[in-house]
Amino acid sequence: MQLTVWTYEGPPHVGAMRVATGMKGLHYVLHAPQGDTYADLLFTMIERRKQRPPVTYTTFQARDLGADTAEIFKTACKEAVDRFDPQAIIVGASCTAELIQDDPGGLAKTLDLSVPVIPLELPSYQKKENWGAAETFFQLVRGLAGGRTPEPKPEGAPKSCNILGPTALGFRHRDDVTEITRLLGALGVAVNVVAPMGATPHDLTRLPNADFNVVLYPEIAGTAAQWLKRTYRQPVVETVPMGVNATREFVREVAAIAGTDPEPVIAEADERFSWYSRSIDSNYLTGKRVFIFGDATHAIAAARVAQHELGFKVCGLGTYSREFARDVRAAAKDYGVEALITDDHLEVEDAIVAAQPELVLGTQMERHIAKRLRIGCAVISAPVHVQDFPARYSPFMGFEGANVMFDSFVHPLVMGLEEHLLGMFREDFEFNDGAQASHLAALHAGANHETIATPEARTAPDDKTQDVVANEGMAASFGSLSWTSDAEQELRKIPFFVRGKARRNTELFATEKGVNPITIETLYDAKAHFGR
Amino acid sequence: MNRHVPPHVAAAEARSSGEGGLGCTDVVPIKERGQHEVFCGLTSIIWLHRKVQDAFFLIVGSRTCAHLMQSAAGVMIFAEPRFGTAIIDDRDLSGMADMYEELDKVVDRLIARRPDIRMLVLVGSCPSEVIKLDLGRAAQKLNARMAPDVRVLSYSGSGIETTFTQGEDNFLHALVEATPKAAPDAPRQLLVAGCLADVVEDQFARIFEALGIGNVHFLPARAAGDLPPVGTNTIVLMVQPYLTETAKLLTRRGADVLIAPFPLGEEGTTAWLKAAADAFGVPADRFDAITMAGRERAAKAVSLYRERLDGKRVFFFPDSQMEPSLARFLSREAGAEIIEVGTPYLNKAHMAPDLALLPGSVRLAEGQHVDKQIDRCRADDPDLIICGMGLGNPFEAEGRTTKWSIEFAFTPIQGYEQAGDLAELFARPIGRRDLLQVEV
Ligand code: SF4
Ligand code: SF4
Repeated sequence: MQLTVWTYEGPPHVGAMRVATGMKGLHYVLHAPQGDTYADLLFTMIERRKQRPPVTYTTFQARDLGADTAEIFKTACKEAVDRFDPQAIIVGASCTAELIQDDPGGLAKTLDLSVPVIPLELPSYQKKENWGAAETFFQLVRGLAGGRTPEPKPEGAPKSCNILGPTALGFRHRDDVTEITRLLGALGVAVNVVAPMGATPHDLTRLPNADFNVVLYPEIAGTAAQWLKRTYRQPVVETVPMGVNATREFVREVAAIAGTDPEPVIAEADERFSWYSRSIDSNYLTGKRVFIFGDATHAIAAARVAQHELGFKVCGLGTYSREFARDVRAAAKDYGVEALITDDHLEVEDAIVAAQPELVLGTQMERHIAKRLRIGCAVISAPVHVQDFPARYSPFMGFEGANVMFDSFVHPLVMGLEEHLLGMFREDFEFNDGAQASHLAALHAGANHETIATPEARTAPDDKTQDVVANEGMAASFGSLSWTSDAEQELRKIPFFVRGKARRNTELFATEKGVNPITIETLYDAKAHFGR
Repeated sequence: MNRHVPPHVAAAEARSSGEGGLGCTDVVPIKERGQHEVFCGLTSIIWLHRKVQDAFFLIVGSRTCAHLMQSAAGVMIFAEPRFGTAIIDDRDLSGMADMYEELDKVVDRLIARRPDIRMLVLVGSCPSEVIKLDLGRAAQKLNARMAPDVRVLSYSGSGIETTFTQGEDNFLHALVEATPKAAPDAPRQLLVAGCLADVVEDQFARIFEALGIGNVHFLPARAAGDLPPVGTNTIVLMVQPYLTETAKLLTRRGADVLIAPFPLGEEGTTAWLKAAADAFGVPADRFDAITMAGRERAAKAVSLYRERLDGKRVFFFPDSQMEPSLARFLSREAGAEIIEVGTPYLNKAHMAPDLALLPGSVRLAEGQHVDKQIDRCRADDPDLIICGMGLGNPFEAEGRTTKWSIEFAFTPIQGYEQAGDLAELFARPIGRRDLLQVEV
């Protein structure tokens, strides 16, 4: 039993809903109590979908237990097929129905429905949303694409691939698919099927016709792609095209399978990221400390972009995707940090406080944490929020995705020149460093939020503690050290967004040199020692 | 239960029905059994935890329950809200771990981190009910260990037993159960039952005071422990229509439960206050003098929106059990035509005064078969649909105008000063449709 206030992932049947809702012509009959229908609003509100998710809930009640819950399931199943006329249905149980063991798959089989029935076993007390999505997609692919013979292709036909992984409620999936389809088109590769998003059950039967598979989201399509590889010998393009370099590698990997020339596509890419990053005004980005947390794929990709393509310093990397913990641990090792594998957002918050980053790349939860701590932040991963479905085109993958990442990773930081000016005018009486930097204008920590900023302050929800702690770039990490009041004064003159770093470096220096208390001298000695 | 119908409500009942009948009283509701698209009782924790400021609501449930709560409540805005879920996992189910011990551990950790908590409420869910986890017993044992520093209660908010607002009903029932019985000679008191926004509660408290009804308590109180002994000395005025179980218990305790229209709009608020005034023998002229200004303000505020709502055809999907009262307000004070009033459960006794004020042409529906109801709604083609969050956008995409029903549960709408806000909630989507020059 685990105390949970907030979770990064919903239950596994919500993953199944993401697959079903992304598809067309598929219906999901879910044995579940009425409250579980809340999941509909995720799709109609967060993603602003125009249709209800294709899900029928049996909404059995206590008085039905032990009497006729199975009958209720059968009725719901029949009615759903009659009303929605799907090409296939998936059937399964939510957490409560799992306990009453009605066996939706077996019940549906007794109904002699006119459409294929794919039963799902999603252990609710063990697994979570992404696993549920992966398992559902795998069962659909196996059930519908199994036992087929790929259609022979006419001589000289272009190579074709499937794009696998996008679902409803995915982080930027809509635009990633557009971007990658375009990129494949430029390489002369035809897209056979995109699935689950946009595909019908009938389309899934055509999956074996493709020459290879592109997996955009391994969390969702990894299992299915491996099965297709084993069954139909379809190679899998493993590189996830996120960031300039990964996109180039992706293009080359696809080209190698398709037997085309990648270089013109790379040379002609409409990509501004590389130049912007090389541009002299980006010098100030060097060594910016960035903390990264999200699903494994997005977290690993964001870390690579941050460190190797923007020159940041990855000071923390983690994921809530336990299934992919090993990959994230390996990546973290490259950056000399220890991977944080957790689904407890309070632990993530503690890690952020300890790492003292200047930028946080995370989920909506990390965005809120960063806001409270007054650190710039960009969202890079699900779980999604209505803001993650922007009206404009904004993929995270491909070359345009790299452009989007440049903007979203860099804008939250104080712009380089602005930083100099702030430094120059910090003594100016009009300069009030309690005021927020312009990029944090949306910040409303304290005011509207019942927030508690740091672990120490958590038991005392006091805005003042929180502000002070946040302004100081977080609490002193070296317990026994003290600062003279002059040194504290001097520290306050340093702009708030580098103050945390200054404090940390000074304390580190003082500890090494055995200086205590810290004086103005120590502060400047440390500055000289570390440089900027 | 005694039915006290204030005289002027009886008059209104007679008025409303034209032919001298009882409005919608005898309309036989459509009773449907199919997919219910309504939240479970857990969801009322969203306002309960804001209201009772020293209580923590600990759901004992599944990841689904936790996900429901964060999705419906937008939990991210609170770093640490005063509710959470103890998620049952397969170790608990397989018997590898003793669930009561596990729960004890969760509670200990929680209390250590939140020493400000004075009342811990264990909330049952579908999984905990199905596996017959006895939260009542768990609460008793915890109480023995932690009272009086922390009092522990339990109730069920499970979706197999409760819809949305019934969760509050069960919580209030548990609160009343935990209060001592008042002595037979205790002074008379008024107990206003049902969660209200603090601002509305304060307004009502001022009115009762002005009416000379001194001894007034609200259920739930803002601090968990502030509930007086309840017994034959207690007159209960329900402010929310969904308190079936709470009212039953109060009646068993010997309290006198008043039946009145619910305090929505000028008419509802006046009739509701009047029920209390009559029970406490407040002279009519004093009542009029005290309520006159509020009545006038309410009527004026509502009149600002009347033009937009007049003659509009409105369809209610079931949500909070407030639907008949909302429809009554909309019909009588804003001139709307009510097509269908869906409600998850219809307590005919509590709703009698409101139903009597609704036209006999209204279609009532209790329970739900959401697909059939959607079909009826499309066929009726109303001007405004009040529905859940899962249905709103799909209806909008069909070119229809909707309002999320949950807003009526989350917004202060009771009383004179909120009558205009209530009308505005209905009028806004209609006004927006007139304003927008974009088509979907
Ligand atoms: S319906 Fe039951 S299982 Fe679902 S969220 Fe509500 S209490 Fe939990
Ligand atoms: S602005 Fe408010 S609602 Fe929006 S994400 Fe922040 S806290 Fe949540």
